[in-house]
Parts: sequence; C-alpha cells; structure tokens
Amino acid sequence: MLKHENTSSAGSSEGSFKGVVDGSAEGSLILRVKDVSVHYGMVQALRGVSFDLPKGKIVTLVGANGAGKTTMLRAISGLVRVSGGSIEHRGHIISNRQPHEIVRRRICQSPEGRGIFLNLSVEENLDLGAWAAPDKLAYKINLERGFEMFPRLKERRRQNAGTLSGGEQQMLAIARALMGQPEVLLLDEPSLGLAPQIIEKIFEIVEQINRDGMTILLVEQNALQALGIAHHGVVLETGRVVLQGPSRELLASDEVRKAYLGE
Amino acid sequence: MDQFLQHVINALSLGSIYALIALGYTMVFGVLQLINFAHGEIYMLGAFTGMYTIRWLRLEEHPGIGSLIIALIAAMAASATAGFVIERLAYRPLRKSPRINLLITAVGVSLFLQYTGQLIFGSDPQFFPTGILELEGYNWSYGDLVIEPMQIVALVLALILMVVLQYIIFRTRLGRAMRAVSFNHDLASLMGIPTNQIISATFMLGSALAGAAGVLVGLIYPKIDPLMGTMPGLKAFVAAVLGGIGNVTGAVLGAFTLGLAEEFLVGYWVPTYRDALAFGILILILLFKPSGLLGVHRAEKV
Repeated sequence: MLKHENTSSAGSSEGSFKGVVDGSAEGSLILRVKDVSVHYGMVQALRGVSFDLPKGKIVTLVGANGAGKTTMLRAISGLVRVSGGSIEHRGHIISNRQPHEIVRRRICQSPEGRGIFLNLSVEENLDLGAWAAPDKLAYKINLERGFEMFPRLKERRRQNAGTLSGGEQQMLAIARALMGQPEVLLLDEPSLGLAPQIIEKIFEIVEQINRDGMTILLVEQNALQALGIAHHGVVLETGRVVLQGPSRELLASDEVRKAYLGE
Repeated sequence: MDQFLQHVINALSLGSIYALIALGYTMVFGVLQLINFAHGEIYMLGAFTGMYTIRWLRLEEHPGIGSLIIALIAAMAASATAGFVIERLAYRPLRKSPRINLLITAVGVSLFLQYTGQLIFGSDPQFFPTGILELEGYNWSYGDLVIEPMQIVALVLALILMVVLQYIIFRTRLGRAMRAVSFNHDLASLMGIPTNQIISATFMLGSALAGAAGVLVGLIYPKIDPLMGTMPGLKAFVAAVLGGIGNVTGAVLGAFTLGLAEEFLVGYWVPTYRDALAFGILILILLFKPSGLLGVHRAEKV
C-alpha cells in the first residue's frame, strides 16, 4: 500500500513537492488546500486532503474512480461544502463560498463529462464563459485566441453545442473556461471517453496553455499521461492523499507504476 | 364563414391570455423543475392590483391607452413582487428537498393566496373598470361577425409582451443566464452566474406576465374574484405541458392551440365541456407525448 503522505519516503534526493514550495517563494503559491474534508451525507468523500498549487505549474490529482478527485475540484469551486480544513487562494480562505464568487476570483473550472450547455450554440457557450470575466474589452481577443487554439470551434461557432463530437465538446469546455480569464484553470477529466489521438491533442493543448503562463489543476484517471505533463502529482485513494511529489519521481516509483499504471 | 372567423378571433384573444400565464409556468419549470401551482393566484393578484390602481388613481377619468399602461405596469410590478417573495420564502428553503415537498408547498401557497385574497378583497366578484378605455364607438361588425375592440387591445398587448419576453430570453445577458440556469444549476454557477438571482429574476418575469394577463382578462371578462386564478391557472398549465414544459415557444403554441380547441368545441359541439377539454388534452398528452409538442427529450451524453 502507498502510505507515504507526511513521511519522507516520497521525496528522494530532489526533495518532496511540499519542500520545494515551502522552500522557494511563498508568494508564488496560488492555491493551498489544507486538511480538507468533505461529507456527502454520512459518507466521507475527502479525508484531510492537503496540497499546494504553485503559480505557473500543473499539478495533477490522480487516482482511481471514486478516489475523490472530482469532489476536490467541486469543493474548490464551491459546489460542495467543505466540512473540515480550508482552501486558500492567495492567502484568503475561499472554502464554502458561493461558486460565482470563486469564479470572480478567476478560478475557472472545465467540468467533467464535457459539461457544456448542449442547448446553446458554441458561441453562446463561450459567451457564458466570459460572464464574470473582469475585462470585458478582452472578450474579442480571448475569443480569437480560443478559435486559434481550436479552429474547429470557429467553423462551428453558430452550431448547437450538442451537435459537436466528444473531442470538440471537450475543446469547447476548455476554451470556455479560458474565456473567464482565469488565474487558475481547474480541468476535470479532460480525456474522459475520448479516442487516444484526441486525448493526445488535448494534453498537448493543456501543456501549451501552461507554457503560456496558466496555473493548472488537472484531475485525471489517466495517471500516466497526466503525470507526463504535470510538474507535481497528488495521488488520492478513497479520499486520502497517499503520495505526492514531483511527477518524475512518482512516475519512477514502483508503487505508482504497480498501482496506477498497471505494471 | 362569419361564425368561423368569430370563433378564431375569440380563440386568439383567449389563447393570448393563456399564453401569458403559461409562459410563467414554463419559465419557472425551466429553472427549478417546479410546477408553481400558485401561478394562477399571481394572475389574480394582477387583476386586483389593476382594478385598485384604476380606482385609486381615478384613471377612468382619463381613459386611454396611457392609463391602461399605468394599470398594467402596476399589476406587473405587484405580481413580480409577489413572485419574488413566494420564491424566496416558500420555495428557496426547499431547494434541496425532494420534488414532492415543493409541489405540495406550491399547492399550499396557492390556497393561502386564494383565502388571503378573499379576506382582503372580499369573496364577492367585483367589476373591473373597463371604462379605462373608451371604445364604445369602435365595435366593428361585418354581417354576423363582431370584433370586440377590447379583444383586439388585449391580443395586441399580449403579443407585444411575448415579443419582449422572447427578446429578453434570446438576446440579452439575463436571458442567456436564464437558459444556462435552466440547463444545469451547477454548470451555470461555474460560469460565475449567480444562480439564485437568476431564479428570482425568472420568477419575477414570469409573474409580471401573469399580472399583465390579469388586467387584460379584466378588460374582456370584467368580473374578477379571488378564486378567478384557479381555472385559467390550470388551463395555462395544460397549455405549457401541451407545448412542452420548459419550452417558451411551446408555451405560446400550446396556449393558442388550447384556445382554438376550446372555442371550436364550444361553438360547434358541446359548450358544457369547455373546462373538461383542457384536462382531456392533458391526459392525452401525458399518455402519448409527455414531452409535449415542441419538447425535446433531453438525452445527455455521458
């Protein structure tokens, strides 16, 4: 069993993820999740989850179905109540705020299952993404950038979003989240149910967005690929963090390979 | 032929009233999946507010379209306020409870308003001051065909309101937010949309239309009483279901269809079945096409 959390064994010579963050600039920390618990009725979905999201990095939450990855994102976005611990954005506690207040802090989520408005056109979906965007003037620029990133969306801008293919819907969900001019992008299972080539493409785009300066929290079941592009990984198991550290080390660790990569 | 046209004209004015009420049902259902059974009472409140506004401001001394619009605005404002308060006090606390609790609460609110109405307005029917428009000289008749000018005024005003609503829903920021909320609350809130405010706004908009319908009905059938909302409320509900509940265009279509069906039934067949017809239609729709005429079965890809 992987039980390395809060022990030193996760970090090798390079030091654990936590050490890196604490040791470098505290000011560059954008999100801090501290000992967060979430209950659904009697069921506890998260049990004291802690991790940090440093500026400009990709951190990925990996783990099996039901490990609590999506719940963690929903808690950050304010969609579920946090029953213990706290979530901080730039030093301000944001747990248990209304979802629209979280979005106003420019923490934008691309929800799982390609959560797009199937009853609206592609362009209307993108408009809604910009609902709370602080800079209305940047709307056109962002729209163009989105279309540049996903040319298929431009071709289909007037089409009903329900007519898009799975991959296109996922692209729309990401493009829409970017319309909110986020400081932090939360991506929930962008590879879910997509063909391997499309997944490849989506991951390339996520990496590109990050290279342009975006801080990203990526939830993925596809641990191998997610760790491949992330700087840090957090492994969840039944609501607990069992292991976290630089992705390279996680990928190299025998336990991760055995448990999550099927080797 | 004249008789046929007469029925069509009656059906259109009746249908436009049903449409205004049905729109509120369908909009509220859209955002909350709730059948707001108190909606008929909001319409009743509009009729009474219109009447008292006309009386208190002595608008009958200055008849004309301007005075009518003042009464309409007062009624719409009162109904919108009522809708806002009802949602806030009765429905919002139950947002997370089972659907049936909400439904029963809606019936309770409906009864509460009916009997409070009787307490305040008295249970005897009152005469709606139709003198607000001076249309005595304007009765058009061609042969047997009689066009009541009040019917035309009501129809035109109702159509204007429907166009305005259509504009709000499909062309404005508020409308886009309403459509987003009606698709999925969580998803809408992830866009930064304050869903509670949008739900309130939807209630107010739908209620305002019902309030306007109350005044327009007062003009055509000038006897109003606190229980007047029951039957039109239920029929508008049927119209909304007929069109496909949650679908704004469908509500209008369903309302005019119901208006025509009622008029023709009454005119050519059995007048006494007027009120039974709507419920017959409801049963048939629920049996054979529960999604309604324009309703789409919402299949969600996973």
